Amino acid sequence: MAYVAVKGGEQAILNTLRLISETRRGDPAFAELTLAQISEQFGLAVDRVMTEGSVYDRELAALALKQAQGDVIEAIFLLRAYRTTLPRFAVSEPVDTSRMTIRRRISATFKDIPGGQVLGPTYDCTHRLLDFALAAEGLQRPQAGLAAEPLDKDVPQVIDLLGSEGLIEEESDEGQGEIFDLTREPMSLPAGRDQRLQNLARGDEGFLLGLAYSTVRGYGGAHPFVGELRLGEVTVEIVPEELGFPIAVAEIAVTECQMINQFRGTAAKPPRFTRGYGLTFGHNERKAMAMSLVDRAMRARELGEDVRYPAQDEEFVLAHTDNVEASGMVSHFKLPHYVDFQAELALVRQLRAEHMAAREAQTKEVAE
Amino acid sequence: MKSKTKMEAEQAAIAQRSDWLGILSRSVGSELEALAADLVTDSTFEWLRPSDIGLVMVRGRAGGTGNVFNLGEMTVARASVRLEDGTVGHGYVQGRDKRQAELAAIVDALLQQPHRHELITAKVIEPLRERAEARRLAKSRKAAATKVEFFTMVRGEDPA
Repeated sequence: MAYVAVKGGEQAILNTLRLISETRRGDPAFAELTLAQISEQFGLAVDRVMTEGSVYDRELAALALKQAQGDVIEAIFLLRAYRTTLPRFAVSEPVDTSRMTIRRRISATFKDIPGGQVLGPTYDCTHRLLDFALAAEGLQRPQAGLAAEPLDKDVPQVIDLLGSEGLIEEESDEGQGEIFDLTREPMSLPAGRDQRLQNLARGDEGFLLGLAYSTVRGYGGAHPFVGELRLGEVTVEIVPEELGFPIAVAEIAVTECQMINQFRGTAAKPPRFTRGYGLTFGHNERKAMAMSLVDRAMRARELGEDVRYPAQDEEFVLAHTDNVEASGMVSHFKLPHYVDFQAELALVRQLRAEHMAAREAQTKEVAE
Repeated sequence: MKSKTKMEAEQAAIAQRSDWLGILSRSVGSELEALAADLVTDSTFEWLRPSDIGLVMVRGRAGGTGNVFNLGEMTVARASVRLEDGTVGHGYVQGRDKRQAELAAIVDALLQQPHRHELITAKVIEPLRERAEARRLAKSRKAAATKVEFFTMVRGEDPA
């Protein structure tokens, strides 16, 4: 059935816009939130919006969160929409995470690692009890301790400890040609690792978390270890056309997860561990870990494993990770479908009438 | 063919400019403003490219060392200027601060003038570098305070 436009309700729409503005503001007796307050004190929400909104800009992400009343998926949608208004100046050189300024860095596979285990800012070591001291205003909060010496400047990747013995597959640049870009071309199958990783980086944290969970609950046979999880700042280098040489244009926070996974060997190759990778903007550990598990699961085809479970099925995963698309499709069902529904209603009425007539005729036949 | 020493000198000049451009790019807008505002007011220039805002696609590598992929974009502001003597300066800064990009472009142009280079390096670039380094050190020392020191628990018999 063709789409039929619906007109009307203009005044109602204008009034709902005013109402949402007032609802967003809440009780004017309380001070209005500033973007700096959101960006400083809701930092992890900002990080999630930047990652899935796919634009690193703390202030814009804070604005999106304010406008969306804290609805993260709505904020991601707003940031994605804003992004389309900007030209692209350059593409960066790949960031070098081995040269990260470390703020947190842990490994679940080795106790003693060069550079040490650095807990950094984490909720892992808290008791997860509500802290009522935070409900009180104007209190002095605990300050961070300062070590006499900073951490080493270049902290080696834990995973390289295994690499030198050949115990784990190596990741090396195979010099691929064009690098897939989902912002310029639609999803295409079979997908290369570049397309898969970009898709996962933009993908919904909740969806990826559920999928990652499924792989360790029997729907993917994963037996993962966190080789290394690190958080810190990396520099972004571009080569502007007019200059022709690189400049380190920015410093951005990223979270990286190197997941070590089940080993396999073939007649030709001795057994060795396989890998999954997660990388996000900001501090997004849960997302980076889930991403690395789903990345590994989707490598099933490439590693010669059976593709039997949802997380291993790239067509299923890649088509459903994006929460802007998913929420668009699900939400559109609340838009007027009056004509479609009238058509279906008429059809059901007709079928019921036919059904009744057929039954009456049958009853008559039996009675005779 | 260029002589070896001339090529080396060119390489060194490029490395030096790349370094100061990076310092300007990653500066804090208000700090650059405070250090460079006077210099800029005293200069005569024209905009070669008025400041605008755009995106840089940030790339990563699978596993940190493998094939390249597109991680996501970041905002940048940029501007280009030409001084009276024809020197061209470019400014690229992280974020959407157009004024900061303009300041960076003007300072880049001024730094290319041999007679002012040293003074401006000392007045603008080095203080910015020191502040960035101080912030990095403070962060790193806070992280270092959360470094885990393991010790082994001796169990059972006296090992001696």
